[in-house]
Amino acid sequence: MSASAIFVLDLKGKVLICRNYKGDVNMAEIDHFLPLLMQQEEEGLLCPVLSHGNVHFMWIKHSNLYLVATTNKNSNASLVYSFLYKIVEVFTEYFKELEEESIQDNFVVVYELLDELMDFGFPQTTDSKILQEYITQEGTKLEVAKSKVPTTVTNAVSWRSEGIKYKKNEVFIDVIESINVLVNANGSVMSSDIVGSIKLKTMLSGMPELRLGLNDRVLFALTGRDKGKTVVMEDVKFHQCVRLSRFDSDRTISFIPPDGESELMSYRINTHVKPLIWIESVIEKFSHSRVEIMVKAKGQFKKQSVANNVEVRVPVPSDADSPKFKTSTGTAKYVPEKNMVVWTIKSFPGGKEFLMRAHFGLPSVENNELEGKPPITVKFEIPYFTVSGIQVRYMKIIEKSGYQALPWVRYITQSGDYQLRTNV
Amino acid sequence: MQEWANQLCENRQFGSKMTDSKYFTTTKKGEIFELKAELNSDKKEKKKEAVKKVIASMTVGKDVSALFPDVVNCMQTDNLELKKLVYLYLMNYAKSQPDMAIMAVNTFVKDCEDLNPLIRALAVRTMGCIRVDKITEYLCEPLRKCLKDEDPYVRKTAAVCVAKLHDINAQLVEDQGFLDTLKDLISDSNPMVVANAVAALSEIAESHPNSNLLDLNPQTINKLLTALNECTEWGQIFILDCLANYSPRDDRESQSICERVTPRLSHANSAVVLSAVKVLMKFMEMLPKDLDYYGTLLKKLAPPLVTLLSAEPELQYVALRNINLIVQRRPEILKHEMKVFFVKYNDPIYVKLEKLDIMIRLASQANIAQVLAELKEYATEVDVDFVRKAVRAIGRCAIKVEQSAERCVSTLLDLIQTKVNYVVQEAIVVIKDIFRKYPNKYESVIATLCEHLESLDEPEARAAMIWIVGEYAERIDNADELLESFLEGFHDESTQVQLQLLTAIVKLFLKKPTETQELVQQVLSLATQDSDNPDLRDRGYIYWRLLSTDPVAAKEVVLAEKPLISEETDLIEPTLLEELICHIGTLASVYHKPPSAFVEGSRGVQHKRLTSSAGSGESVESPDTGSAAVSEAPPTVIPSQGDLLGDLLNLDLTPPTSTGPPPTTAPGMQLGAMDLLGGGLDSLIGDESEPPPIPLRTDTPQSPQPPHQSPSPPHYSPTELGGDIGGSPAMGTGFGAPPAAMPASFNAPISGGLDDLFDLGGGGGLTMGTYIPPKSVWLPAMKAKGLEISGTFVRRSGVIQMEMTLNNKAMSVMSDFAIQFNRNSFGLAPAGPLQILTPISPNQSIEAALPLSTVGPVMKMEPLNNLQVAVKNNIDVFYFSCQYPISMLFLEDGKMERQVFLATWKDIPNENESQFQIKDCHLNSDAASNKLQGSNIFTIAKRTVEGQDMLYQSMKLTNGIWVLAELRVQAGNPNYTISLKCRAPEVSQCVFQNYETVLKN
Repeated sequence: MSASAIFVLDLKGKVLICRNYKGDVNMAEIDHFLPLLMQQEEEGLLCPVLSHGNVHFMWIKHSNLYLVATTNKNSNASLVYSFLYKIVEVFTEYFKELEEESIQDNFVVVYELLDELMDFGFPQTTDSKILQEYITQEGTKLEVAKSKVPTTVTNAVSWRSEGIKYKKNEVFIDVIESINVLVNANGSVMSSDIVGSIKLKTMLSGMPELRLGLNDRVLFALTGRDKGKTVVMEDVKFHQCVRLSRFDSDRTISFIPPDGESELMSYRINTHVKPLIWIESVIEKFSHSRVEIMVKAKGQFKKQSVANNVEVRVPVPSDADSPKFKTSTGTAKYVPEKNMVVWTIKSFPGGKEFLMRAHFGLPSVENNELEGKPPITVKFEIPYFTVSGIQVRYMKIIEKSGYQALPWVRYITQSGDYQLRTNV
Repeated sequence: MQEWANQLCENRQFGSKMTDSKYFTTTKKGEIFELKAELNSDKKEKKKEAVKKVIASMTVGKDVSALFPDVVNCMQTDNLELKKLVYLYLMNYAKSQPDMAIMAVNTFVKDCEDLNPLIRALAVRTMGCIRVDKITEYLCEPLRKCLKDEDPYVRKTAAVCVAKLHDINAQLVEDQGFLDTLKDLISDSNPMVVANAVAALSEIAESHPNSNLLDLNPQTINKLLTALNECTEWGQIFILDCLANYSPRDDRESQSICERVTPRLSHANSAVVLSAVKVLMKFMEMLPKDLDYYGTLLKKLAPPLVTLLSAEPELQYVALRNINLIVQRRPEILKHEMKVFFVKYNDPIYVKLEKLDIMIRLASQANIAQVLAELKEYATEVDVDFVRKAVRAIGRCAIKVEQSAERCVSTLLDLIQTKVNYVVQEAIVVIKDIFRKYPNKYESVIATLCEHLESLDEPEARAAMIWIVGEYAERIDNADELLESFLEGFHDESTQVQLQLLTAIVKLFLKKPTETQELVQQVLSLATQDSDNPDLRDRGYIYWRLLSTDPVAAKEVVLAEKPLISEETDLIEPTLLEELICHIGTLASVYHKPPSAFVEGSRGVQHKRLTSSAGSGESVESPDTGSAAVSEAPPTVIPSQGDLLGDLLNLDLTPPTSTGPPPTTAPGMQLGAMDLLGGGLDSLIGDESEPPPIPLRTDTPQSPQPPHQSPSPPHYSPTELGGDIGGSPAMGTGFGAPPAAMPASFNAPISGGLDDLFDLGGGGGLTMGTYIPPKSVWLPAMKAKGLEISGTFVRRSGVIQMEMTLNNKAMSVMSDFAIQFNRNSFGLAPAGPLQILTPISPNQSIEAALPLSTVGPVMKMEPLNNLQVAVKNNIDVFYFSCQYPISMLFLEDGKMERQVFLATWKDIPNENESQFQIKDCHLNSDAASNKLQGSNIFTIAKRTVEGQDMLYQSMKLTNGIWVLAELRVQAGNPNYTISLKCRAPEVSQCVFQNYETVLKN
C-alpha cells in the first residue's frame, strides 16, 4: 500500500536509522539511493521518485537529512509523501530540531516512534500531542499511567485527550492572509491570489464544542442573509477535527479543537488583488563597467495601516562589486552570497512612496556563466487588516460544564510568494 | 542517553557499512564479552543500559547477533521501554537465528495476554514482524484472541497482523479462518479498527486478485462511508482507495457515493484529497452528463486540485502528474485555471517541467496570448531542459491554436536570434512541424534558418533542417550545396540523419534532376554499399529501383502530398489513460505507466478500467465534447519514425467504437480468416474489437494507402518514403488513415494488408504442440553400477514432467528408488516421490514420469538451466546433471497485452537487450510463430516492414520474469535475428537456445 521501509540518511547517504516494515524490499537497496540522486542532480533532472530495478525510492530532504521510503509495489505516492512530512512534524515536536544530531541523541525514542507511526506500511497514530502521552523521552520509569494506551488513540476524536483543565478558558484566533503575486516585467499582474489560514491557540477545559462563524458568502446565501461584506472562498481545507460533511451540507464549521496550537483551516481566494506594495524598477547593466539600479516602492493600502519589516530584495549579477546605495528611507545592504540587495524599511505607511538607488561595478572580463533572471521579491507584514475582508463573526464555545470562555481574534496580512520579474 | 549517543558518534566515524563494522567488531572483540556480562547482570538498570548499547551497535550496522540468547533473556521484564528494545532486536535478528527465536515464543504468547493493552498490542505487532515460519505457528492462537480483544488498540493492531501473517503463510491464514474475522472487523464499532481492517484486506486482495476477498456490496460500502467520517486521515485514505475498487450498480448509487465523498476534498491532507479525487473521477463515469449533479461535481473538483499546488514540492509533483491525466480525461475541469500553472522562479525543476506540460494541454485560443508571453519568458531562463521544453511548447502552441501560429513563428525567430545553441536547435525542430501543419505559409523564414546550419550538432535538429532543405529544395538556390556539405561525414551521422539525408537528396533530385545526378548517385551508393544499417540500405535500394525503373512513379511516391499532422501530441493512449485514472495518487499515476509495467510479479494482468454508465448509451471512449482524444476523426498519435514499437501502439489507437465500416468482407474470406488465424488474430486485436474487419485497420498503420493510390510497391506508401522524418512526436508518417477511408481498402481484395493477415495464422496450419526434445542419456551405466538413466522434460497443460527411462544393465535386481534435486535456478523440485513400484530386474527397463514443481529452493546455476540430480537405489547414490529446455518454465498465460508489452519494452533499459542470430531456419514467420506458441512463446503482434516480418513475442517464466522478444524474419533469408529484452538479462542466452531448438525441430 505505501512504504516497505523508512530510512533516515545523512547527506552522504549513510543510514542513521531505519525501520523495515514489510520485509519485501532488501534493506541493502538503500545503498543505491544517493548515487542515483547524485546522477540525477548532475543531469539536472532531479525528481522526488527514483527507481533502481523494481525498487522505488520516494524521498524528501529536511535540514541535513534525507527521509526515504522504499517500495516495490504500486504505492500510494501522495500518502507516502504526506507521511514523510508527518514524520518530520512529529520528530520536530519531539526534539525541537530534526537533524542528524537529534536522531543520534534520541535513537531509542525514534525507534519507538517509528514503531507507533506505521505498521506494515500503514500509517497509524501520527498526532504528536497524543503520542507524547504514551511515548515519552524520559521513559525510564515504568509508570502505570504512562504506559496505558490513551483511549484517544483509537477514539473518533483522536486529536484531543479527555480531562484537560484550565483555570481561565480562552481561545486565541489568528487570521493570517498571505498574498501571492506574480508580476511580469512590463508591470502586468500575471497571477495573484490570497492564501488564508486560521490558527487557534486553544486553552479550554474538557471536551468543548466549538462553532466558528465567518462572513462566508456561500453561507450567507444559504441562510438568506446578505448584509455587509462577504467573502468568496475558492477552496477551503480543514483540520482533521472539523466535521467535513457538516460543512459540506450547511457550511457550518463545527469541531472539537485540539489542545494548544493548531491550524484549524486554510482557504484560497482567487480574486484579483492589487499588489499591496508596488515596485517599479529600472535596472541598467553596462557590460564591463557597472550596474545601476533604481527601485521605487509604493504602499497601495489604506493610509491608516502600516506595513512592518518590509524587505525589498533586488537581484544583482554574481560578479558585481563595490556597492553604493542611496535610499529615501530605510537601509540597503548587499548580500553577496545571495547575489542581491536587501532594502529594509521597518515601518512603511500606506499611500507612501520611497526610493532606493544602487550602483555596482562590474569586472572588465565578462562572466561566461549564464545567469537566470531572478525576480525582485518583497516581504512585509500588515497587522490588523485582511485583504480579503474576511471576518470572524462569532466563535461559540459550549462545554457541558457550562463555563464561560473568551475568544480573541487577531488579523494579519503578509507577503507570500511575491515576485516581480525584471527586464535584465 | 548521552553515552549511547557518544558511542553512536564514535562508531559512525568508522563507517556504518556492514563490511566495515565486521572488521570493527573483531578488533574490539572484548566489547561483545563485556556486553554479554552486562546483559546477564542482576541489576535491572544495568541490563537496560546494556540492551541500549546493543541496539546502538545494531543501529550503526554492527553485527550483534552473537548476543541473541542474552538479549532474549531480558525479554521478560515489566519495563515497557526495555521490552520494546528487546522486541526491536528480535525483529532484526530472528531471521538469522530462527532456532533461537523460538526461545522468545513463550514470552510473546504470555505478553499477548498481559493486562496492559499496550503490551498485548506490542506483542502481537512484533510477532507478526518476525518472519520465521516456526514462530508463525505459535502466533495463531494469540492472534485469534487479539482480533477479539476488548481494547480497540489491540484489535486494530491485530487486524494489520493478519496481513503480515498472510504475507508469510497465506494458506495458514485461510485455514485458520482469519480472513473471515478480518471481514467481520469491517463492521467494528471503532473507526480505526475498520480502517486497518480495510487496509489489511486491500493489501491481501492485491496479492490475490481472484480471491474475491473484498466483495464490496452496498451494505459494506455504507459501513465504509460511515467510518470515513470518523477515522484518522490515514484511515480515510485506506477507505477511499478501497472504495475506488467498487463498481456501483447504477448512476444513483454512484451519485450517492460521490455526494458522501466530496466533503473529503476539504481535508487538509493532500493525500486524502487525491484519493477522494480518484473515487470521484472514477464514479463520475457512471453519471449521465445531462445530470445537474454531474456539472456540480465537475465544478467542485477544480478548486481542490488547484490548492494542491500550494503543498510541499513533492506533493505538488504528484498532484501535477495526476492533473496531467485528469486534463486529458476531462479537460473541462481545469480549462479556466491556466494561470495557476505559470512557473515560478523558485519552483523545483520537476515542478517547472510538469507545469509546462499542463500549460500546453490547456492552451486555447482564449488564453494563448498570455501563454505565449510566459513561454517566451521561460525560453530565456538558464535551465537547459526547461528552456528546451519551453521552446518546443511554443511550436506546439502554433500547431494547436491556428490563430497564434504567426506569433509563435515570430517568437521562435526572435529566439533563434539569441544564438543560444540549444535554443536554436529546438526552434528548428519545431519550425519543421509548423511547416508541416501550415504548408506554404511561413516558408519565408527558411533563409534565416539556413544561416544557422553550421551550429546544429544534435541529430534531431540536423534531421529537421535536412528535411526542410529537401522539402523546399526548389526555393533554396543552393540546396544541393547545403545537402552536399552534410554528405561528407555521412557515416558519422546518426541513422536518423542518414535516412533523412537520403530522402532529402532524392527529393532534390526529383525536383532539380539536371544538376544533382552525381549527388544522388553518391548518396545511394553510400546508403546501399557502405552502410551496414538494414533500414538505410533497404530504403536506398527502394529509391534506387524506383528511380531506375519508373521516375514518374518515383516522383508520385516521393513527392506525394503529406497528410496533416495532428494537433495534440503525447496524448496517453485512451485505455491506458483509463487505467491510470483508476490509479490516481499512486506511483503508476506518477510514472504514467500501468502498475504491471513496473511491479514485478504483479499477478496476471488485472487492469483496472473505468466503467461508464450503461444507460447513457455512450461509449467509454467518448466521454464528452471536450476530450480531444475522441472527436469524430480521432487524432492519431504519430510515433517517431524508427520507433517500430510506436507502430504497435498505433494498432488500437482507433477506438473500437468509432464509426468503423460494417464488415463487408466476402463471406468466404471472412471464414478463412477466422479459421486460419486462431490465436494469431486474437493477438492482434484487443478483446474489445469486433472480429474480422479490424485486422485491416491494424495493418494500415504500417502502410497507409489512400484509396486513390495504386499500390505500386506494396509496402512503401508514398507518405512513408516521402514525408517522414524522425524524432519529433508531432511529425512522422501520417498513420491511421481516418476510418472513413477504410471501406475502399476493404474492397481491394489483394491489398498487402490482407496478404499479411492471411499469412499470419496460415502457413503452419494447426497450432503445434510443445516441442519435446528426444531422450538423451543422463547417467551412463558405467558410472552408476549398471543403472542407466535417459530422459527428457515435457510440459503438458501446465505441468512439468521429467520423463525417464531407467535401464538396469547390472546383474542384480534394483529397487528402492528415490530422487532428489540440488537447488537450481528456478526452484525445480519433484512434486512427489519417484513412483517406481516394482524392482527392476537385470536387463529390464522401466519408464518413469516425475511431476515437477517450481517452488523448491533457488540457487543460480551455471548454465542457468542446469539441474543436478541425485538418484538413490538399493545399491548406491548416483549423481548426474542435465539441462532442461527453458520453455518448460514458460507459463500458459505468458501472453502480454500489447500496451503492457509496449510499455515494458520501453521501460527495460537497453543494456538488458541482447541480440542473437538464428541461422539456417527455413520457416516463414507464421509457421515460426505457430511453432513457438506450442512452447508458450506467444506472438503478440506482427508487422511487416520493408519485406521483413517482425514478430513481437512474450513469454513468462514460472518465477514471474517476463521475457520480451522481437523476431525478425526476412523472406528468403534463412537467418533470423532475435532481440530479447528482460529485466533479468541472464536468462536471454537460455531463451535464445530454446528458440533455436524449437524452431529447428
